[in-house]
Amino acid sequence: MTVYLPIAELSVNILIILGMGAAVGFLSGMFGVGGGFLITPLLIFYNIPPVVAVATGANQVVASSISGAITHFRRGTLDMKLGSVLLVGGLAGATVGVWIFSWLRRLGQLDLFISILYVVLLGTIGALMLQESLRAMRRAKQNQQLPVRRPGQHNWVHRLPLKMRFKKSKIYLSAIPVVVLGFGIGILTSIMGVGGGFIMVPAMIYLLRIPTSVVVGTSLFQIIFVTAYTTMVQAVTNYSVDIVLASILMVAGVIGAQYGVRVGQKLRGEQLRALLGLLVLAVGLRLAVGLVVTPDDIYSVAVGGRSY
Amino acid sequence: MRRLKAICAIVGVLTLAATLPAAAQVPFAPASAVKEGLDIGVSSNEIAITSDFRGADLTIFGALSNTDELLLAIGQYDVVVTLEGPRDYATVRRKERVLGIWMNTESMTFQQVPESYSIASTRQIDDLEQGPSFNSVGVGIEHLPLDPVGYIRNSGVISEFRESYRRLKLGSGLYQRDTSGVRFVSSSLFRASLRLPANIPDGQHMVRAYLFKSGVLIAQRETPLRVVKTGLEQAISDAAHERPFAYGFLCVLIAVVTGWGASLMFRKD
Repeated sequence: MTVYLPIAELSVNILIILGMGAAVGFLSGMFGVGGGFLITPLLIFYNIPPVVAVATGANQVVASSISGAITHFRRGTLDMKLGSVLLVGGLAGATVGVWIFSWLRRLGQLDLFISILYVVLLGTIGALMLQESLRAMRRAKQNQQLPVRRPGQHNWVHRLPLKMRFKKSKIYLSAIPVVVLGFGIGILTSIMGVGGGFIMVPAMIYLLRIPTSVVVGTSLFQIIFVTAYTTMVQAVTNYSVDIVLASILMVAGVIGAQYGVRVGQKLRGEQLRALLGLLVLAVGLRLAVGLVVTPDDIYSVAVGGRSY
Repeated sequence: MRRLKAICAIVGVLTLAATLPAAAQVPFAPASAVKEGLDIGVSSNEIAITSDFRGADLTIFGALSNTDELLLAIGQYDVVVTLEGPRDYATVRRKERVLGIWMNTESMTFQQVPESYSIASTRQIDDLEQGPSFNSVGVGIEHLPLDPVGYIRNSGVISEFRESYRRLKLGSGLYQRDTSGVRFVSSSLFRASLRLPANIPDGQHMVRAYLFKSGVLIAQRETPLRVVKTGLEQAISDAAHERPFAYGFLCVLIAVVTGWGASLMFRKD
């Protein structure tokens, strides 16, 4: 059963896209991640042009983040003020990111750049996840306690000026690192089509020392608006959001996520994280192979290109 | 499975037969006295195709007049019919291995080349000895003018890029040639079949017919053909390009509704 994607300009098997969306949704529900960093490479493997894969991936993350953010909002584990400061940086970062994206596209280096970024990012994240989960498994075997983090401990981040009080998070923190973090994540959102939660959450916990309870909800809040904004900007500047592809992915993704959450609650955390780490590494490796293997044709042709 | 939708842009030129001048019927009239004429007809100047379009044939009828019967009999007349797509700049890029990674290093942009190009002829025109004539009018895939934009440092690579451009276009089906696509139905009527590729660009196309006598171009006709894509998919694509704000907003709205809807539907309490 094929469906024609009007923006990607190719026919795809709807069942494969549904399966991809459901699988990534399942994983994202299970691990509490947005799934953008898996869906975009998968779409690229399925011959969707990277330009479309990235913009559509950002759109898909809007849907997958919303239900999570609503849950956190109901539970009161969402710091609106902190989220808004993150968002200021995020929107600026996304604007710069789309500008870099268009510039690389004109240069003919976009596909390469996206692949390299993914290889680096997935390689790093996958390796870290695997390492961390293996260590946790070993610790569980030896029945050790987790080292307790002392909340009073401060680092250089806490000596920066422009301090603000975030009541819900119960912290007094400079706005500068928050905006900078949001900015960096915004750039990643527009170039890679990811929400960036997998970087933002550890950065908020370990670097900004924000209490773990509000971190996920607050990052989801920021992700919704930055990915929605990126979708709009990509639609206006690059015309590369495929509404048909995005809709199929979103519907399959949110359903998959519901089952993922249920399964995730029953399974052992460390083993799951080790599996996810392996999966992330495998996707990164597959992309890396694509960069090194001799292409079928070293020439390519594109319509347009007047000003270069 | 998608049905192959054959379109019949049939092209009637029955009227042309009636307009054949009497001179063509006189066997021994001096050929050089009257100039040969060429006429073509297309039944419609617009083709609407749907998004599941898988390619089709376009048939064009044409008529020759005032031909020399003797030259016609020995095949000295050649008819070439082309369908040229809308013109735009085209950029060809070449990859090279840099630090083990394949990346685009060189590129060349050609000026205003047709996005699609189908050619049908009475025989292999690239074999014709009178190549310069084809070159001067730019008929044939090998003779399409490909002028690079800007300053090219290494002029030696131009031919390589041109060749790659033609190869890629032929490979994608956007450029097609059929060396037996033009057939004479009678001594003065011919029928040309042009292949419309599945990925034919929409916009203003041009049907051109050329009459060569002993390799020299003696008559030329052209008629426009509009290719309009229809259907839901095309409407979406149009909306994305013409109303990007509304389109982007709709994409976000769908995401919000989907995400929100899922959280309502699967709510546990």
